[in-house]
Amino acid sequence: MERPGYYGGFGGAFIPEILVATLEQLRVAFEQIKNDPSFWKAFQSLMSTYSCRPTPLTYSENLTRHFNGPHFYIKREDLNHTGAHKLNNVIGQGLVVQRMGKSRVIAETGAGQHGVATATMAAKFGFECMIYMGEVDVARQRPNVFWMEQLGATVVTVRDGARTLKDAINEALRDWATNMDTTHYVLGTVCGPHPYPEMVAYFQSIIGSEAREQMLGQVGRLPSRVYACVGGGSNALGIFQGFLGDSEVELVGVEAGGKGLKSGKHASRLASADGSVGVAQGYKTYFLQNDDGQMLETHSVAAGLDYIGVSPILAAYHEQGSIRFEAATNEEVLEATRLTMRKEGIIPALESAHALACVFREAPQMSADDVILINLSGRGDKDIFTIADALGDESWKRFITTKAEAYSA
Amino acid sequence: MLEDYIRQRLKERGILLMAHVVVGYPDLEASFELVKAIVVAGVDLMELQIPFSEPIADGPVILKANQSALAAGLRVDDCFKFAHRVTQSFDIAFLFMTYYNIVFKRGEDRFFAEAKAAEIRGTIVPDIPPEEGESYLAAAAAHGIAPIFILSPTTTPDRLAYLAGFGRGFFYCVARKGITGAKTTFSSELDEFLGRCRKVTQLPLALGFGVSRKEDVDFLNGKVEIAVVGSQALRVLNSSGVEAAGSFFRGLR
Repeated sequence: MERPGYYGGFGGAFIPEILVATLEQLRVAFEQIKNDPSFWKAFQSLMSTYSCRPTPLTYSENLTRHFNGPHFYIKREDLNHTGAHKLNNVIGQGLVVQRMGKSRVIAETGAGQHGVATATMAAKFGFECMIYMGEVDVARQRPNVFWMEQLGATVVTVRDGARTLKDAINEALRDWATNMDTTHYVLGTVCGPHPYPEMVAYFQSIIGSEAREQMLGQVGRLPSRVYACVGGGSNALGIFQGFLGDSEVELVGVEAGGKGLKSGKHASRLASADGSVGVAQGYKTYFLQNDDGQMLETHSVAAGLDYIGVSPILAAYHEQGSIRFEAATNEEVLEATRLTMRKEGIIPALESAHALACVFREAPQMSADDVILINLSGRGDKDIFTIADALGDESWKRFITTKAEAYSA
Repeated sequence: MLEDYIRQRLKERGILLMAHVVVGYPDLEASFELVKAIVVAGVDLMELQIPFSEPIADGPVILKANQSALAAGLRVDDCFKFAHRVTQSFDIAFLFMTYYNIVFKRGEDRFFAEAKAAEIRGTIVPDIPPEEGESYLAAAAAHGIAPIFILSPTTTPDRLAYLAGFGRGFFYCVARKGITGAKTTFSSELDEFLGRCRKVTQLPLALGFGVSRKEDVDFLNGKVEIAVVGSQALRVLNSSGVEAAGSFFRGLR
């Protein structure tokens, strides 16, 4: 039998000795809540009153017609409170923090969605909150920085390394190694040392269990395929868990293809040939790294997918062949964003639009009877600057210029 | 044997000094000059850090040195060549300090074989607990290199005893929580922690994290066998250069 925290040879807990006792405390607390039937009820109840779970399953009639079938169904995590699936994990960990009696939470964030969710949870539960965010991401996800600060969190700009998500994780780990007595590290995805991958997957499984029930109840059948974007992998693993036992359902994870897999400027650890097995940030998985084991700079238009590693759980499914991994380029993603806005009146986050882009690429080859389920992990309001830039919107530029002039006057 | 070397040295002085150098920072030639200046100043052991892009146990001073060396194009091959050059030039014990991915990517057996060929005596890899390190430990043993483990004030007594079973050479005790380079207030709590460590091992103890002044070294004399000085020497190097770093070590005794 594999050791706890291992998935087909991936995962583990590669951590400095100073953090061993703290991770053990977390592991024990997580075991307790898993074995406590009242916990999941309390979690669900909070998520249905503080947020709006279950999030709806939307039949996308116009997209279906546009592609002449297959039938498109969208799981609406964009309608979760704070605008993404991130809150599921954060509220779950918040309840664990209460049980452990800690008073301060820290988190890394890329797109800012996990940071906003953590700041929200900290405000609600009364925790002190500090968010680490790479300088590149601070610049491209400014609206979320504003909201984190308004929610009472301190946002620390990380200027080391590539100044993106991985560097924010390193900085959060350093904080934790110093302040673990009072502080819990709310890791935002299914990565990092054991028990994080298992714990985050557990909280995010709420997406998949709802979606499965909704497919059977609303549609009367299981989907032929389920698509989700993959950064660290938490929304993907969240929805996939609802269908892992169903051999007739194909699961497709979509990574950031950036400027194309041959350009070297992407974040596809599994879909490209560039990823290799390594150990960093506390766990073993596929990383984008050089022959020496130094991590490479990644690239994606979506900050939340712009990351060197991928969930060890997904790496294991990748090797087993039970999940297929694809990549979508920046260009395809912007096109998919535009089409989804126009056809369905839904503004997807650039991260989530990766799943849509892959669906749009593959839909023409599918039969009109096929049913597709897409996890729309987050809403795109936060990406207003990036999308406006990419679309070259002139009236937006004039607005920003006028606004800047007013500030500097 | 690293332990024998330490015991031999201890016959001549009350406490040994272990220095830390980031290989390739500010560049390879300058780090060779730095090693030379520090050896001449009388240190007994030296960690040669092979830079890694994600050094999670290091604070800002060492982190920036890692990044700067890598940005200048330093490769792991260069670090092995460097190690070989310094062990041929200077007669103290040299250890590799790095992170596990560097060992893993090179291949554990190859890493230790090459380290042995370069006359490296031990390895300090903060992110490989013994639970994850079966093959790492086997490779180290096969090539007769001491894998140094870290004991921390948060380590439980049971776990101290567990870790003690894997000890070779010496144990590296960290004086406090946190990362390298921050300030440490040395107090009686330290005595209790060191007492817990002594209970589980006969091996020499080194103490690091925040050792930055002669007063700190004096305070540790009689409590541990080795004082580890890392970030402070790098700060001196950054502000005043190689010769000043040498003088800094001379001033610690």
